[in-house]
Amino acid sequence: MASRRLSSLLSRSLSASGSASLLSFPGRTSGCGRRISRFSTAAEPEDLITPPVQINYTQHLINGQFVDAASGKKFPTHDPRTGEVIAHVAEGDAEDINRAVAAARKAFDEGPWPRMTAYERSRILMRFADLVEKHSDEIAALETWNNGKPYEQAAKSELPLFVRLFYYYAGWADKIHGLTVPADGDYHVQTLHEPIGVAGQIIPWNFPLVMFAWKVGPALACGNTIVLKTAEQTPLTALYVAKLFHEAGLPPGVLNIVSGYGPTAGAALASHMDVDKLAFTGSTATGKIVLELSAKSNLKPVTLELGGKSPFIVCKDADVDKAVELAHFALFFNQGQCCCAGSRTFVHESIYDEFLEKAKARALRRVVGDPFKKGVEQGPQIDPEQFEKILRYIRSGIQSNATLECGGDRLGSKGYFIQPTVFSNVQDDMLIAQDEIFGPVQSILKFKDTDEVIRRANSTRYGLAAGVFTRSLDTANTLSRALRAGTVWVNCFDVFDAAIPFGGYKMSGIGREKGIYSLHNYLQVKAVVTPLKKAAWL
Amino acid sequence: MATQKLSSLLSVSTTSASLRSLGRHFSWGRGINRFSTSVAIEEPITPPVQIDHTQLLIDGKFVDAASGKTFPTLDPRTGEVIAHVSEGDSEDVNRAVSAARKAFDEGPWPKMTPYERSRILFRFADLLEKHNDEVAALETWDNGKPYEQAANVEIPMVIRLFRYYAGWADKIHGLTVPADGPYHVQTLHEPIGVAGQIVPWNFPLLMYAWKVGPALACGNTIVLKTAEQTPLSAIYVSKLFLEAGLPPGVLNLISGFGPTAGAAICSHMDVDKLAFTGSTNTGKIVLELASKSNLKPVTLELGGKSPIIVCEDADIDLAVEHAHSALFFNQGQCCCAGSRTFVHERVYDEFVEKAKARALKRVVGDPFKKGVEQGPQIDAVQFKKILNYIKSGIESGATLESGGDSVGSKGYYIQPTVFSNVQDDMLIAKDEIFGPVQSILKFQTLDEVIRRANASRYGLAAGVFTKNINTANTLTRALKAGTIWINCYIVFDAAIPFGGYKMSGHGREKGIYSLSNYLQVKAVVTPLENPAWL
Repeated sequence: MASRRLSSLLSRSLSASGSASLLSFPGRTSGCGRRISRFSTAAEPEDLITPPVQINYTQHLINGQFVDAASGKKFPTHDPRTGEVIAHVAEGDAEDINRAVAAARKAFDEGPWPRMTAYERSRILMRFADLVEKHSDEIAALETWNNGKPYEQAAKSELPLFVRLFYYYAGWADKIHGLTVPADGDYHVQTLHEPIGVAGQIIPWNFPLVMFAWKVGPALACGNTIVLKTAEQTPLTALYVAKLFHEAGLPPGVLNIVSGYGPTAGAALASHMDVDKLAFTGSTATGKIVLELSAKSNLKPVTLELGGKSPFIVCKDADVDKAVELAHFALFFNQGQCCCAGSRTFVHESIYDEFLEKAKARALRRVVGDPFKKGVEQGPQIDPEQFEKILRYIRSGIQSNATLECGGDRLGSKGYFIQPTVFSNVQDDMLIAQDEIFGPVQSILKFKDTDEVIRRANSTRYGLAAGVFTRSLDTANTLSRALRAGTVWVNCFDVFDAAIPFGGYKMSGIGREKGIYSLHNYLQVKAVVTPLKKAAWL
Repeated sequence: MATQKLSSLLSVSTTSASLRSLGRHFSWGRGINRFSTSVAIEEPITPPVQIDHTQLLIDGKFVDAASGKTFPTLDPRTGEVIAHVSEGDSEDVNRAVSAARKAFDEGPWPKMTPYERSRILFRFADLLEKHNDEVAALETWDNGKPYEQAANVEIPMVIRLFRYYAGWADKIHGLTVPADGPYHVQTLHEPIGVAGQIVPWNFPLLMYAWKVGPALACGNTIVLKTAEQTPLSAIYVSKLFLEAGLPPGVLNLISGFGPTAGAAICSHMDVDKLAFTGSTNTGKIVLELASKSNLKPVTLELGGKSPIIVCEDADIDLAVEHAHSALFFNQGQCCCAGSRTFVHERVYDEFVEKAKARALKRVVGDPFKKGVEQGPQIDAVQFKKILNYIKSGIESGATLESGGDSVGSKGYYIQPTVFSNVQDDMLIAKDEIFGPVQSILKFQTLDEVIRRANASRYGLAAGVFTKNINTANTLTRALKAGTIWINCYIVFDAAIPFGGYKMSGHGREKGIYSLSNYLQVKAVVTPLENPAWL
């Protein structure tokens, strides 16, 4: 019920915004309207809720066993609410990747996984989904603790979506068909759709478990084995669920998890000569390095889901209140840390002022605070690096003369909370309208006609997603075809669904994840040809 | 009738081989021998075709290179210059890309109906059919491949491929997608935009068809770079494309070299997609340039070291003939050449003897001559490289059964060469030689031959010869290769996908699979009010 969940989350935040005065922080004095202002320190440590979960797994998972790093090294993982250490986690490097790849290789070449029936593989995926559902609240708590995202979002939207995705891919496992192929002569031709082999997968920190599902689901459904590297910011939940996977009957070596950093563990995986396929989600800059490492090693095919600067186009006939709410959600969801964030809000000039006023009012009502607290819409950013980067972009917006409508500074003195920030009068050539900020900073731009907004929306190196708000069928159809983006949401945004493909045009990536399209990322096509003797038909 | 043509070619060469001997004196058995100079003595046949077009094709016009430079293209029979061709570099690529960009963004091509695009492809195929023999002559002149092969197999297959893709143009469907909530979800399969395509010299027009066919059928525009060895036939047929009604800028053609024109296409920030066929080494550079520029998705068809496995129950005569053509076809210049012939120990001696006899019967000579099976290699670089590999085979202790040297004193002819007792660790068993050098290896068990056949960085194709369905099924699944030919080899067909596992490439060309190389998937989602069903 993924898309329903997301929309119910949305309606919850809609209603929450209605009672914003009740849910907003006591003592928050919004200093909007002035230049850079400070929120009061509602997010002080005394308010923090202790996460209702224990951390049991911090080692690598290689060949079905939890093991220390070969070097013995560990790195700290932090609580973004405070910057304090949650746990010390085994730090993988090239040697750990070698061990994990060897385990995955063996599990693929000799092990039972590709030799099981597709139905048996499917059953293990379903059992895993059931186990995750049983532990959903604990896992959601761990996700929030490590990532800072609202617990309600993790528990009610992301974990159910995770379970949904594994049910979806479990259903695919026994439906992977090759083709029989017509030939111009006396030949019998068929294609086999085979697993590729050992898949290397590198996932980001913004949706640690959802990205785990996008990667692991199709790879396992298609019969591959996996070495997965988590983001160094958020290693914990993947280890937890990988443990459950083995309880569900996954054979050792089929799914190996290495925690660690990009330049060490990640690069080793991308360069490995025995990894047959690579999937990466992260920044465009890192994606380029990943593809280059593949080109320089063994040409493993690479799927990339990278950055975006997605336009959100509000036409003059749009339902303005709905557009305001969804534009707000499109940008601020998950602390603005979405690759498909609607980070360029183009509003038609005839409704620009009304939209702006309402968007600002909505941002001012946004409930920021301890993500474990009920009703909180926005937690802290992931880490000091992102936090500083976002604040720099806000300064850049001010310096380039965009109008700061609200927000503009950090919130509190601890952790990485940032005020919901809205800029109006943003111009296309400003840095805040060009770069991926990956934070709670909404940029609102004005447009006059459809051709103009198409040109401006498309004049970016990115092409991940786009939002269109209109009541006109013709406008919707025109924009849907003209916008160069992998997903076009019409009168909605961030509707995710296991069956909807997701991926980028241009420098937003290569390939599609989710849906039927995701399967061929993990399959090789083999054509098999034999001559026919006395063929009854051709 | 592509597959039928190929099998008929095979039977032609089988019969013609015994009929003709061309006055060659054989001196097999010793180390490196020389054929007598029948090829050199005879005057090369004058190709029955004129060269009218040598310029670049940009925005529907034949133009000189921006630099004014030209380069010579050579006749592989003699090494002599056929023509001087405009030499494109990055400035020409820039012009071609902006023409293609304009044709895509503003021009009529993606805005035509698919039926209109389809009709232009059909008309082009008809025009090409009318000029089949001239185009084939040009192909042979520039490339050195037997004229009969070009005229009776390759050009008809090019025509077949364009008719195949013409039929696809109006059958590109997106999906409607079930969702978990009240949403209407559909996917659009859109053209990507400007496709950069780099084709090799071994099958200049076939590779042109593999690349241009699907790209145009899907509504893209193109900048295509031909190989510097074989620029001529692509220019000729692209002229026909314009006559067939292709709008200007949709297909732009650049002649030139890899490090200049090729690299400029790969690195171009306004090229949306790249397809390359060539060596694995160059493919790595191509992908690296894509990764360092704008992350354009890349399809790669690269090298191979494809195994042919002759099981003990195989029809030996059939296997010998197919293994021979699998390796020697097109002067051995095939990425999918069966260049590791694994033969079961029980039938090994018989197989080697017959394979050697077949190679000795192979008719080498002027490719314009009737009945000739093997022309010259493409150029001096390849010629020397192949001879070096032959020396390496001898030095590493493989048994030279036949051939081993060049033929004649002019051009790039090489004797059909057979090595037996080849070991897996010899260079000739590991590297792609891309020449008329057959390596025959011995095996004992299926598990062993599976392991050895797969112990290669390549994975393009494999041949299996057996009468046993279980053996065929076992090998078919176990071999890591994009194509498995069972009791046949080099059966090409528009509908059969072709491409590599491992370092033999990314993606599949031909067949339904080729379309996705030239399409972007766009998901479109709208909320549903009062849906009648979900």
